[in-house]
Amino acid sequence: MPGLKLSVLIEYYPILLEGLLWTCILCAASIALSLVGGVPLALAGISRNRLVRWPCGFFVWLFRGTPLLLQLFLIYFGLPQIGIYLSPMVSGILGLGIHYAVYNSDVMRAGIVAVERGQHEASRSLGLSRAQSMRKVILPQALSSVTPALGNNLIALLKESALVSIITVPELTLSAQRAISETFRPFEFYFAAGAIYYGINYFLELGLKRVEMKTALSR
Amino acid sequence: MVKVINVYKRFGDNEVLKGINLEVLRGKILVIIGPSGSGKSTLLRAINHLETLDDGEIWIEKVQVNRPLKGRKFEKHINRIRQDMGMVFQHFNLFPHMTVMENITMAPMLLKKTARSEAEASARQLLAKVDLADKVNFYPAQLSGGQKQRVAIARALAMEPKVMLFDEVTSALDPELIGEVNKVMKKLAEEHMTMLIVTHEMRFAAEVADNVIFMADGVIVEEGPPRRLLHNPTQERTQRFLAEVFK
Repeated sequence: MPGLKLSVLIEYYPILLEGLLWTCILCAASIALSLVGGVPLALAGISRNRLVRWPCGFFVWLFRGTPLLLQLFLIYFGLPQIGIYLSPMVSGILGLGIHYAVYNSDVMRAGIVAVERGQHEASRSLGLSRAQSMRKVILPQALSSVTPALGNNLIALLKESALVSIITVPELTLSAQRAISETFRPFEFYFAAGAIYYGINYFLELGLKRVEMKTALSR
Repeated sequence: MVKVINVYKRFGDNEVLKGINLEVLRGKILVIIGPSGSGKSTLLRAINHLETLDDGEIWIEKVQVNRPLKGRKFEKHINRIRQDMGMVFQHFNLFPHMTVMENITMAPMLLKKTARSEAEASARQLLAKVDLADKVNFYPAQLSGGQKQRVAIARALAMEPKVMLFDEVTSALDPELIGEVNKVMKKLAEEHMTMLIVTHEMRFAAEVADNVIFMADGVIVEEGPPRRLLHNPTQERTQRFLAEVFK
C-alpha cells in the first residue's frame, strides 16, 4: 500500500501498550466512581427532603449542562488556583467519574421509580425500614432493569476517556500522539488506537451482556 | 388482639373511612365484605399503617400502631409493630429477583437475625404447609398465580406474626386457582391464627369467618356471625349487596 507503513506499529507498540494500560486503569476507576457515585445521587434525586433534592438537582444540572472537556480543564487547571493540586490521572478519573455519575444517576432514578409500589409495600409490611427496603428489594430490581442503559453510558465513558489526553494523562490517545510525533505516521497510529478502543469496548460489551443475562434470568 | 377505634381517613375530598370501630379477639377470624370503594381495603392497609389515619386509633394487643411508645421514633416503632402483622396482597408482590426460598428467609434473617440454616429449615416447613415444598429454588416468574400467592402467605408467616391481614388475596387469580389459596387460609384458621380477611368470596367467608362485617361508603353497615349476616341481613344496604352478589 503506497504511503502506509504498518511496520512502525511493531516498532512502537510498547508506547501503545502503555497507553492501553493507562486507559484501562483510568476507565476502570472512573466507571467504578460513576456507578458508586450514581446511587447516592439517584437516591438524593428522589428524596422527599427538599434540602437534599434541590442541591442534588443543581449538581446534576451543572455537570450535565456543561462540556466534559471544560470540567476537566476546571479540575486540572482551575483547582490549583484555590490550592487544590491533583495529578492528571486523578483529575481525569474525577472528571470522567463525576460526569458519568450524573448520567448514571438519572438512569438509576428512572429505574427506581419504575419498580412497582407494591414491592415497597410488601417489604415494609414485613417490617423492613425504608433503607432496608431500598437496599434489599428496590435497588437490585431497579439496577437490573436499567443495566442496558447503564451499559450505554459506560461505553460512552470509555470513548470519551480520550479527552483526558488533553490534560496530559498518558492514555491511549496521547500515546498515539507521542508515537506520531516521533514517526510522523498519524494514519497508522490513530487507526491502531481506534482498533484498540474498539477491542476494549468489545470486552466491555461482552461483560455487560453477561451481567444483563444474569440479572434477567430471575425475572 | 386487634382493635380499631373511631378511625377516619380521607383522600383529598373523598372520605373513605368514616368512624370505623371493630375488634378481633385472639384466634378469631373477621371477614370484611362490601362493594368496591367501600373502604375495606383502605381499612386493612391502615391497620398495617400503609395508609396513615386522619383520626382514630389502631391497637395490636397492648401497643398502639399509629402512635409510637414514649420516646421512640415512629419509624422504629412501626417497623417493629409490623413484624407482628403478616400482610398478603392482591397482587402477591413477591420479590422477583429472589428465589422462593430467599423471598421467605430474607426478612427473618435481616430483622430477627435468624441464622440462615434455621431460617431455611422453617421456610421449608412453611413451604410444605402451603404445598410448595418442590418450588424452593424457583423464581416467582416461574410460578402460577396461585403458587405465588401461597409463597406470599409463607413469606408473611415466616415472621411469626400474631395476626394475618389478607387484602383480596384471590381477586387477581384465575377461578381454578382460588381454591388452593383458600385451602391454605383454612389451614391457618384451623391453627387458630388471628385473621382479618377482605374478600369477595362469599362462600369462603361463610366457611371460615367467626364474624363478618359488611362495609359500604366508609362505614360498617352491619356486623354479625356469617350465617346470620350472609343469609338474613337486617340492613337494606346489605340485602341489596348480597342480592347482587348471589344473583
